[in-house]
This record gives sequence, structure tokens and C-alpha cells, in this order.
Amino acid sequence: MAMVQPRSIRARQLGAHLALLGFVALVVFPLLLVISISFREGNFASGSLIPERFSLEHWSLALGIPWERVDGSVVQPPFPVMLWLWNSVKVAVASSLLILLLSTTSAYAFARMRFQGKGPILKGMLIFQMFPPVLSLVALYALFDRLGDFVDGLGINTHGALILASLGGVALHIWTIKGYFESIDGSLEEAAMVDGASTWQAFRHILLPLSVPILMVVFILAFIMSIMEYPMASVLLLDEDKLTLAVGAQQYLADHNQRWGDFAAAAVLSGLPITLVFLLCQRWIVGGLTAGGVKG
Amino acid sequence: MFATNASRGLPRHRSRYPAERYTRWAMRGLVGGLVVALLWLVVAFHLRGQWMFALLFLVLAAGLAVTFTRRRLMSHRYVFPALAGMGVFVIFPLLYTVGISFSNYSSTNLLGEERVRAQFLARTYQAEGQAFDFRPFRRGETVRLFLEAEDGRALISAPLATAEAGEPLALDPAAAPPAGEPLGMREVIARRDRLQDLVLTTPDGVELRMAGLRSFAPLVPRYRENPDGSLTDLRDGHSLIPDRDTGFFVTEAGERLTPGWPVAVGSDNYARVLFDEDVRGPFLQIFVWTFAFAGLTVVFTLAVGFVLAVLLQWDQLRGKGLYRTLLILPYAVPAFISILIFKGMFNQHYGEINLILEGLFGIRPEWFTDPWLARTMLLIVNTWLGYPYMLLLCMGLIQSIPRDLFEASAVDGGGPLTNMAKITLPLILRPLTPLLIAAFAFNFNNFVLITLLTGGSPDIIGASTPAGTTDLLVSYTYRIAFQDAGQNFGLAAAIATLIFLLVAALSWLNLRLSKVEV
Repeated sequence: MAMVQPRSIRARQLGAHLALLGFVALVVFPLLLVISISFREGNFASGSLIPERFSLEHWSLALGIPWERVDGSVVQPPFPVMLWLWNSVKVAVASSLLILLLSTTSAYAFARMRFQGKGPILKGMLIFQMFPPVLSLVALYALFDRLGDFVDGLGINTHGALILASLGGVALHIWTIKGYFESIDGSLEEAAMVDGASTWQAFRHILLPLSVPILMVVFILAFIMSIMEYPMASVLLLDEDKLTLAVGAQQYLADHNQRWGDFAAAAVLSGLPITLVFLLCQRWIVGGLTAGGVKG
Repeated sequence: MFATNASRGLPRHRSRYPAERYTRWAMRGLVGGLVVALLWLVVAFHLRGQWMFALLFLVLAAGLAVTFTRRRLMSHRYVFPALAGMGVFVIFPLLYTVGISFSNYSSTNLLGEERVRAQFLARTYQAEGQAFDFRPFRRGETVRLFLEAEDGRALISAPLATAEAGEPLALDPAAAPPAGEPLGMREVIARRDRLQDLVLTTPDGVELRMAGLRSFAPLVPRYRENPDGSLTDLRDGHSLIPDRDTGFFVTEAGERLTPGWPVAVGSDNYARVLFDEDVRGPFLQIFVWTFAFAGLTVVFTLAVGFVLAVLLQWDQLRGKGLYRTLLILPYAVPAFISILIFKGMFNQHYGEINLILEGLFGIRPEWFTDPWLARTMLLIVNTWLGYPYMLLLCMGLIQSIPRDLFEASAVDGGGPLTNMAKITLPLILRPLTPLLIAAFAFNFNNFVLITLLTGGSPDIIGASTPAGTTDLLVSYTYRIAFQDAGQNFGLAAAIATLIFLLVAALSWLNLRLSKVEV
């Protein structure tokens, strides 16, 4: 608290509030608008934020239930949104678990063990993490195209390929978990090892139970990143019933046939849970993201 | 912090506990199985002649086997799976992309030479002169085909319904048309799809296929392979010579036949990017825009985020928690959804933004057809998407500034603006620099925004590759590789390699500035 206070403090506070409110309005407007549109009748309706002609048509279609209009015509859902959401969740859960498994064990080694090539490997991971997978899509496509000839379930147009490809992003998570492990005192594990525990046992029974919070954070982070992943999914997945939400959602706003209302309902339906998860866990997620960043 | 001598951790002797023994054997079995599976892949890829992939899996299998058998590498066992993941899905694709950039790999040159040759040899043509005229006859429910050759030979087919799709249908010699009513041309046309799938076999084993609405004709292989590797076109006797420099079969007249196969073409792709007018023009334009886009995005998001952070750190302001939550909303909403929301809002015909602008000022900007407006729109949307990250970073850094600096400033009569410009900004800019570089690199490659919002359009006029005025280098690369009818992977890989170099430079700079300790 500043000890020296200018007299104009009230005016300034008011000004700050007004500026912030104005900015918040600007930021939140698109989100409110989309919620409003999802309840409007028709695909091109315009009007005030509170819908004048309330209709659940878009929501019904987004949930996959055919909608009967007032004039008796039945509208079929244009896209399998729920299936896409399910695909997204399936891929995200599988890849997050895989990432969690691999990054936890590696982070343990990086945090607690001394071995050859540790420094260069860690630095190398940081560098390679900056190369976006978009650039090597051709190579990834070729890899899975050929792998699919020999291994079922790992070819183009399979979820297995997408899950496996997400392993390229483990570096960020290794750094996050490593930072957390280093903040835990090692004497407990040392004590366990003096009592005859193996390295693996010390890790499994001492360190892991202590690290549940960070593991949750990494899981959620990997989950959200996987849900939002677009470039790889757009190349690896082809059939409409295989698509993830991130790839499928854009079909609502294809150039020749824009379904603004249907999109709005699907967007709120699928975006809201992710947004809520993010906001609920923001303290840890933001901590993880920015801490990882500050360290490099 | 302590370090364990890992190899001491696992006892060498046979464990007393059966459960532990079994898990250990299960682990060994798993590793062994994986190694065998990987070696099988190595052989499979090697037989296909895809040595890059064979090498990749060989390295993987060897790495796995060595790490999990040598006791000295006990610590590496923990790291190996993650490193293998990065190796296969980050480093290998990177190297492979660089490799592709020196080849003519594209949709016309996709498969290896052997498979292209096999494709040519599998081609057939319908030999004229030996054609049969056909007429369908129906009797009751069964339909049979009656075929007549020019020399008067006549054949009759088994009932059509008895043949499974794709299976050949037997023909028997016949003297006269079968009983039943002949079907007219209209019904032939109605059954055309069914008839086109039909394969008829004559008693002497020649296969016939539909050659027209009136005739079936035998299919004969079109090419014959010669001992020197060339092919002879049996229709006209011309020969096709495999040109291993360009990766195509060429006729005597020098005409290339597709498909070809991938061959190394040296630095041709790079030469195209740097010297071919039709490629270089768009490339340079996109290059400049990519830098401008990434730079301006960083400046705008930092400016907005910084000002908001300063406001939110003000002690006398109430309701900071609520403001904070509302302000990071754009960060919490999945980007692919918010970008599409903006795509709808900016729609030129019925989008809310143009409705509001028309109501207030009577203008309807063409956000998607005018290049400069499209770029402006991208920057607006990207600022909306990106400022929360900067806000969070700045808030974290501002908190670490010692409070007494502001006290001293207040004593000396400094106002909030002076504080912001003279104390806060200089103090956080230094730790912020590596993060700004990372943000620059991220936006440099902000593929999702461009693809979902504008798709790169409006297009650059006169470009020989698909290139848009709002394309970034990454989306340009993506379009060359996956959207263009030509699917020119080689050219795309060359541009990707150039971007790799830029990213590597940025990444190195970042590492230097942030002084990572490992």
C-alpha cells in the first residue's frame, strides 16, 4: 500500500474501472453473442443479444436429435457433433495417459539421476520442442501411410496414429514435472533406499504419491492441448465419422454453406466444458505454463 | 537434490518373491517382444525398398535392446521411451522432410519405381476386331447375354443374377439366340453399372469386358517389359524408356507418362523457390507478411497485456479477481472454436460486425476479399486470442518488482504513467525477452488461425502454387503439400526446411537469452 496518495485517486479508480469494463465487454461480446445465436431460430437470424424468437432447434441438432419445425418439416442433424466430441475425448484421454506415463518416468530420471548426456538431452528437447509439427506433416503423413500397410490401427485415418503422434510433445511436460520433482526434498527417497528399496520402488512408492497434484495438472494440460490439436488431425483423419471436433467444427462454416446457428450450438456445447475445466484449474495450469516458460 | 547410483538399486540376484520375479520376467518379455516387432518392421520396410524407414526402426530396436540389457544404462531406461517418442515423431520427421526437399516426391511421383512399373504392366486395353456384339435376353426373372462375333461365332452367358460382383461369368457356345424377349437399349443403359462390372470368360479362357453399349471385347495387356527395363506399348509398338533422372517413363518423342516415381533431384526445389519468378514472387510476399504478422502480434498482445497487467496490479482497485477471470476467458476457450466464432462474426453478408458497422457508420468492409482488411482482421483476432498469455506473464513478473521502487517514485512525484514507463516496463522487459521470442516463433507458425479464419485467401494473382495474401509460410507449405491438385511434397519440404532454419535460429537465440540451467 502506497503511503503517499494523490488526491485524484477516486477519479483514477473510476477511470480504471470504466476502461476495464469496456475492455471486458469487448472481450466477452463474441462469447455471449454465440450463446445467444445458438438459441435463435434459423441459421442467419440477427438481432439483440437476448433472442427474440427463442428456439432449441440448433441445440437439438447439435445433440444429434432430428428437429421438427413448426411447419412439420423434419431437419436432420448436419454433422455428428457428439461423435466428434467422443472421438476428441477418446484420443485426448489416451494420448494424455501415454504422455503422462512417459514424461513422469523421464522427469524422474532427469530430476534425480546423474547419467551421461543428461544436459545435452534436456537442452536438445527444449530446442526441438520449438519446431511445430505442422512443418513436418508431410513426413508424418508418409510415416503413418507406410506404417499402416504393416500395422493395423496405425495407418492414415486411424485414431491410433493421432495418439502416437502426440508423443512428439512430451518435452514440455517433462520440464514441468521435472521442475516439480526438484522442488521435493530427496531425503525421503534416500531413506527408503537405505532401507533397501530399489530406485523404481522409491520412485513408485515415495515420490509418485507426493506428486499427484502436478500429475493432475499435466494430465489436464495434455488433455486440453490434445483436444485443441488441429494440424495433425486434419491430415491424419479423413472420414467424417473419424474426425475430431477441432477438425470437424470448421465444416459448419464452409464457404458455400454456412450454418451459423448450428455452429453456435455445437460450439457452446463442446467449448463450454473445456473452458470450465480450464478456468477451474487455471491456477495450476497457468502456473505450469508460465513457469515452464520462465525456465525456458 | 541428490543423485542415486541407479545400478545399485536393482538387485542382481534372483528375487525371493515370486510376484516380483514374474513382473521382472513380464518386463523382459515385453521388451523382447517389442524388439522382435520392430525388427519385423525393419525387414518389411527393407523389402519395400524404403530404407529411411527401415533405418529408423532399426535404430529404435537397437536402442531399445541396448538400453534394456546393459546394466550400466539403468538410468537411461527411464528416459528412453520419451526420447524414442520425440525421436520418431519430431526428429525423424524433421530429417525426413529435409530429405524429401531434395526429391520430386509429389502426387504424380508417389510410389517406387517397381510399383509404378507394375502399374503400367497391369494396364490393359480392349483389343478391337475381336469384339462381340451383345444383346440381353430376359426369360422370366433370369437375364442372359447373347454375344455374336463378326465371324459369326455366338456365345451365351450364364444367368446374370448368379454371378457375385467381380466374379467372372462363364460363357457357353450357342447356335441361336436364347428363348425369351430381347431387352432394348433403354434397359441396357439402366443396367449399365452392373454390366460394366461384369467379366465374362469364353470357353477358351479369354476374359471379356464391356467395351460399349453394344459390345464386349477381350482385355489385353497394354505393355510388355523388355530385358533392358524399357516397356513396349503393344498397341502401336512404341517403347517407353525409364528416365531415372526425372523419375518418369518417357516416350521416344520425349513425352512423360504419369505416374512417375520419386527420385533425387538435387537442389531443384530450392532453385524454384529462389529463382523461379512464379514461385519466388509469392514466396517473398508471404515471407514478409509472416514476419510482419508475428512481429505485430507480439507488439499488440504485449501492449494490451502489459497495460491490463499494470491496471490489475493496482492495489486500490477492487474486483481484481473477477476482472482477471473475465480477461483470461479468450485463453480458456478452445482456439478452434473462438477462431470460427470470429469467422462467422466477420462474415461480409450477415456477420454481426458488419451489421454493427453499417448501423453506426454505414460501411460494410469486405473482410475476406480485400487483402489489407483480411490482414487487419487476422491481427485483431490474434490480439484477442493472444493477449491473455502476455497478461499472465506480465502479472507474474510485475509481482516480483520490489515495492519500494514505486514508493520512491511516489515520493519524487512520479505518476502512474511515469511508473509504468520508467520502472515497470524496463524491469520486466529483460526477463520477458526469451518469452517474447518464443511467442514470435509460435505466431510465425500460427497455422491454425490462418487455416480456420481465412484459409490464406484472398489469393495472390499469378502464382503458380496455391498462395494467398494472408498465408503464412506454414500454411503456404501446407497448401502446397496437401491442397494443391499437384501435391508437391518436394517443394513444400524445401520451404519447410527454410522455416526450420529460421526456427532453429530463433530457438538458439531464445536459449542463449534465457540462460537455461540443466
